[in-house]
Amino acid sequence: MPLWLDLAVRVVAVVLGFLVLPLVVGQTEHKVMAHMQSRLGPMYAGAFHGWAQLIADGVKFVQKEDITPRAADGTVFRLAPLVALFPYLLVFLALPLGPGGLVAQAMDIGLFFVLAVLGVGVVAVLMSAWASANKYSLLGGLRGAAQLLGYELPLVLAAASVAMAAGTLSLPGIVEAWRPWWLLWQLPAAIVFFIAGVAEIRRPPFDMPIADSELVFGYMTEYTGLRFAFFLLAEYVGIVVISALTTILFLGGWHGPFAEHLGWLWTLAKTFAVAFVIIWMRVTFPRLREDQLQRLCWLVLVPVALGQLVLTAVVKVLT
Amino acid sequence: MTVADALLVALGVVAVGSGALVVTSKHLVRAGLYLVISLGAIAGLYLVLGAELVAWVQVLVYVGAVVVLLLFAVMLTRAPIGASDDLDRPAWPALLVGGGVGLGLAALLADAFRWAIYPLPEAGTAGRMGEQIFGTWVLPFEVISILLLSALVGAIVLSRPDIKGRGE
Repeated sequence: MPLWLDLAVRVVAVVLGFLVLPLVVGQTEHKVMAHMQSRLGPMYAGAFHGWAQLIADGVKFVQKEDITPRAADGTVFRLAPLVALFPYLLVFLALPLGPGGLVAQAMDIGLFFVLAVLGVGVVAVLMSAWASANKYSLLGGLRGAAQLLGYELPLVLAAASVAMAAGTLSLPGIVEAWRPWWLLWQLPAAIVFFIAGVAEIRRPPFDMPIADSELVFGYMTEYTGLRFAFFLLAEYVGIVVISALTTILFLGGWHGPFAEHLGWLWTLAKTFAVAFVIIWMRVTFPRLREDQLQRLCWLVLVPVALGQLVLTAVVKVLT
Repeated sequence: MTVADALLVALGVVAVGSGALVVTSKHLVRAGLYLVISLGAIAGLYLVLGAELVAWVQVLVYVGAVVVLLLFAVMLTRAPIGASDDLDRPAWPALLVGGGVGLGLAALLADAFRWAIYPLPEAGTAGRMGEQIFGTWVLPFEVISILLLSALVGAIVLSRPDIKGRGE
């Protein structure tokens, strides 16, 4: 395959995944939440069980007026949704789907790249919160920044534990090194990573920055139309990214029967299983209070993650 | 001029330009956002030079944490939208010191290397960085971490009025 064709195929695949997977997760959320609450959920759009509901939503968002509040800082306000979305697109480049280099861009330090780029998202939260010229937005943004900064620590520590166990920072390399008994060995790290990841994408029960019963809609209050849709898309891409990372780091990625040929299917299946749990958590748990949120992070997750690091080091040295 | 040279120049212009905007902009929060661009461009410079790990450390630590803390503090205290005219900004001394240091360093570097061409060292991979930090430079590394730790403890003691000294 010539270089340009190879490059084009990779880019198209990443963009396709970036656009399709979040929609699938979003539709799943609609239906799963509805059935957990004894409702039917969307039933009309696209005729069969409302499969085209999110496409209809997208068409609606495009038609809406794009409003920038008069008191807002226009440039920063309009830029923020793109800054929220772009890091996730970059992260998609580094996620391995299957064995034999089935990844858009194999990177020696893929794990570090992913964590660094994900950390940029908090800038978008602060930008949108401040530029909206709205006190609810600002409150939401400050909550968001405090939450993202705090939960980044257990997230990175838990990821560091796996990197230590595998002896590499490359994401395909970590999956390669993964063994089934790591499920037990790395269990605390997996739980910490998953919880901190859900908090990083501000999903319920960690949606204090949005908190619709107190802050209208947090830092997204003033957004309309396509820019609001970008924020929503960023949230669902976030679910895909966190589920995929949990799968790759802790659930063995493509490992499973017939991994040689069906590896990509295993990765996707595990990713969607984790995404289902994230949706399930949203329906199950009430929102945490701000002090509970910070306490969970600093007094539970960080010590557990540090303990896991010690455990990983001890096992690594002994074996 | 190779692609790498062009990229270096372009990223350097972005870094210096947005750096200048940080100190000249009258919009407080925008100045912080320019700092994000400037530090991001410097991460790009590291990438072009082959120091992949350093580049992403720059993004993780500076863009993702330091600037965010700075913006956070500004927004908690005073962050008006639009220009603030009452900023206390000694322009001439700052220009003198900043420009002097910049020119001095440029002259020093030009004098020291005189357009000599050095081969790039091998790429700054995570493995090589680790060997360097925990092999050759392990003592400075540990000294710095003790310094940071004591600074952290000091900050906690200073910020908590319920911790009293022995004499009180």
